Amino acid sequence: MTVAAAFLQSALDPAGPQAAHIARLWWLLFWISAGVFVLVLAFLAAALRHRGAQTSERRLTFGVSLATTVTVVVLFIILGVTMWTERVNATLGASSAVTIELTGHQFWWEVQYDAANPSDRVTTANEMHIPVGRPVVLKVTSRDVIHSFWAPNLQGKRDLIPGYTTAIWLQADRPQTFRAQCAEFCGRQHAHMAMEVVAEPEAQYEQWLAARKAPAREPTDAGAMRGREVFLTRQCVLCHRIRGTLAAGLVGPDLTHVASRGTLAAGTLPNTTGHLAGWVVNPQALKPGSQMPDNEMTSEELQSLLAYLETLK
Amino acid sequence: MRDPDHELPPVREDPEQLEQTWADPPGLVGWITTVDHKRIATRYLVTAFAMFLLGGVLASLMRLQLSRPENTLFGPDFYNQLFTTHGTNMMFLFAVPVTQALGIYLVPLMVGSRNIAFPRMVAYSYWLYLGGCLMLWIPFLLNTGPDMGWFSYTPLAELLYTPTKRADVWAQMITFTEVAGLAVAVAIVVTVLKLRAPGMSLNRIPIFVWGMVVQSFMIIFAMPAVMLASTCLILDRLANTHFFDVDRGGDALLWQHLFWFFGHPEVYIIFIPGTAMVSTIVTTFSRRHIFGYLAVVMSLVSTGFIGFGLWVHHMFATGLPKLGESFFTAASMVVAIPTGIQFFCWIATLWSGRVKISTPFVWILGFFWVFLIGGLTGVMLASVPLDLQVHDTYFVVAHLHYVLIGGTVFPLFGSFYYWWPKFTGRMMNAALGVASFLCFFVGFNLTFFPMHLLGLHGMPRRVYTYPPDAGWTTMNGLELVGVAFMTLGVILFIVDAWSSLRAGVAASDDPWQAGTLEWATSSPPPAYNFLHPLTVAGREPLWDNPPDQPIVVGLRSDVRDVLVTHVMDAEPDHRVEFPEPTKWPLLTALSTSALFVGSIFTAWAVVYCAVPLFVSMTGWFWPKHPGETGTQAWPIAHRTLPMPSEPPSGRAA
Repeated sequence: MTVAAAFLQSALDPAGPQAAHIARLWWLLFWISAGVFVLVLAFLAAALRHRGAQTSERRLTFGVSLATTVTVVVLFIILGVTMWTERVNATLGASSAVTIELTGHQFWWEVQYDAANPSDRVTTANEMHIPVGRPVVLKVTSRDVIHSFWAPNLQGKRDLIPGYTTAIWLQADRPQTFRAQCAEFCGRQHAHMAMEVVAEPEAQYEQWLAARKAPAREPTDAGAMRGREVFLTRQCVLCHRIRGTLAAGLVGPDLTHVASRGTLAAGTLPNTTGHLAGWVVNPQALKPGSQMPDNEMTSEELQSLLAYLETLK
Repeated sequence: MRDPDHELPPVREDPEQLEQTWADPPGLVGWITTVDHKRIATRYLVTAFAMFLLGGVLASLMRLQLSRPENTLFGPDFYNQLFTTHGTNMMFLFAVPVTQALGIYLVPLMVGSRNIAFPRMVAYSYWLYLGGCLMLWIPFLLNTGPDMGWFSYTPLAELLYTPTKRADVWAQMITFTEVAGLAVAVAIVVTVLKLRAPGMSLNRIPIFVWGMVVQSFMIIFAMPAVMLASTCLILDRLANTHFFDVDRGGDALLWQHLFWFFGHPEVYIIFIPGTAMVSTIVTTFSRRHIFGYLAVVMSLVSTGFIGFGLWVHHMFATGLPKLGESFFTAASMVVAIPTGIQFFCWIATLWSGRVKISTPFVWILGFFWVFLIGGLTGVMLASVPLDLQVHDTYFVVAHLHYVLIGGTVFPLFGSFYYWWPKFTGRMMNAALGVASFLCFFVGFNLTFFPMHLLGLHGMPRRVYTYPPDAGWTTMNGLELVGVAFMTLGVILFIVDAWSSLRAGVAASDDPWQAGTLEWATSSPPPAYNFLHPLTVAGREPLWDNPPDQPIVVGLRSDVRDVLVTHVMDAEPDHRVEFPEPTKWPLLTALSTSALFVGSIFTAWAVVYCAVPLFVSMTGWFWPKHPGETGTQAWPIAHRTLPMPSEPPSGRAA
């Protein structure tokens, strides 16, 4: 699969049992189709070369009937393999499964980790960590229009539909950061609605999850404290939440641990200070049509705000 | 056999009087008021071809934008309008109308009638179709084109998420084209059932005509679903209903069921006439009757039925119950069987025929290659697990273009080359035609084949840009080269058509020695189609009719008399007087258009515009002279045909 490795995300580079079943199904269908294609065109070429030679209608009837029978048999084989793959992919059925609630928004992903105790629920955005080798069940829905979650290396896609909550299973068999992307056209920034699915060993995953449960750190230096004041007194607070502060907006992504994420704006930009500055001030230039408005602020305010956001690890 | 009580008119047709009766008034008046199916169809064909070119321009712009990653040529707003307008245009304003246009032209000729049934309604349908074209393209040029995808999923298309007029424009454009499509479908069904030449029993109907009948019935059953859907959408947006409004008890998925109940049959609506064109051209150039006529016709009919049972395969990713999914998987695979049978029958026909390769036939060879790939990827998409990976990716974009361009555009180009001499009376240039085909074929595969791989390697459809490290750059660049070749192919076709019109070699009545009735009259046909209405003795009348085959007599030459026959065996039933040229279809279409356009701004438009609509329809249906009763008794009461004193001239033995 060296070819597939050249792609950021690919259904032909499976990293989980379900994607592997589907990739095998693909190759089976590919070879059957290639065979049928060659066979039909070969008969067509032969028919053209055959010009004028007499063939009885009986023989033609026999040929057409035979070809039709073969078609039906091949279709039954495909149907059988399809049913089998569908069955094994429907559920991974382990009691140890991680349950994650995934909610689509224009144009970002809200990720919530289910927990027995409501205060242990972890909320993050545009990034999902999963333990390698353990089944994950995603409960998906949408808050606005229809989106679709698709991590091709792991599993087929599932639509996120407002008013419906459905479940889809997946599992990663190797540690890797996979890319997932919205696959149902959802508006102007459909192209920039991606997320990272970070598959990591169990211990690392548990560590990550525990860290997410903590509220935001208290800033220690003056710049960051000033930055928090900027955040809490400007419009940022209307949409975003930072647990541990008064910011409790639910319209935009939760920023409690924003500095620990790999990307900004749902996979649009790498999470660096420079990109963060650009995104805070001028999101409409970077992701035109996104729900985040441009923010005018002085350079001092911006620098403090960035300093604060950088502490939110 | 003759009934002495009835005096039969002599076999004496006067071409001059017929011409006078059937000709349109000269000049602009004639152009506006015509009810001649050939003129209306030509109009349809030219408009639809213009839509094809415009849609192609949009496609080229999209390929240009995607030819490199993070291209800033167009922003998301314009790009979303591009793909929505492209898809809407190609499905609603090109593919369906162009096949119906061929039907309007050819079906009356192929069944040997003097005009299409309900010619005023067909004239009306064209004006509405033109209204639909303007309804889409004027807003697009004003930068308010629809931007929510050609299937306009709710809730994205609801007022909350598309607050401009863009979705209203889309929804009413649907209404325009669907009313037009329904009108034509009804006219074609009635033409085939009631206006066939005596002797053309159901088992002698040409396959192209069968294809048009199946298409028309599918339109009659499928299009109401999308009109219902788009009307509910408009009501949600204008009148505050909540059909698709999740927050107020509506349902987001209801739209998808309604839309795809139309949208999937739409695919067959588009390519069934395409396969029927293939059957026609294969028959002619094999120089034999098609092998397995019954199997081919039953394939068309059963595709028409099964086509209504697979709409859910567009919705596998929504998370439906597994049992339901399995049913629709099986149904989607079943539909491959009739198409397979058609392929096998064509190959058997070619196998046992004396194949003569010419320009129309070359396009059909292209069809075999392209449509076969489209069909095979269709079976892949029917397989739910695989569909979940490639659904809504470029794999689907590749598949649908292989099916629709393969199933319809290749046969259409073949058909243009095939019927061009009949339409214009001139031949096209064979060398240019083959060059055009080669460019288009190579360009098509270069453009669309890599899309299969792009989809498997993760590229979703409807993205206006993509990251440079995604690995999709090379293939998207290659596709732009393919676009250049396809463009060249289309330009060569236009050059060929243009030079043929200006200085083409004159065509004979039957340049391909084909067997169907449209070749029994002059090229181009006179306004009255046939001097002597023919009767038929076989599936390919020009091959099968004996020299002394009877003709129809007793139709008047001084009024627009048309013979009506029985449904099953096409025995003569009665005569009917067909309408004269009239301005009312245009006026009715104008009032209808005002109603449709106005209603996207205010619901009162429906009330106001009902007045001119009422007036124009009253004018339309006003009796033209006291004696007009619609039908008259056929003078040959016991339905036998007189023998002509001599066989009609101009007919191939």
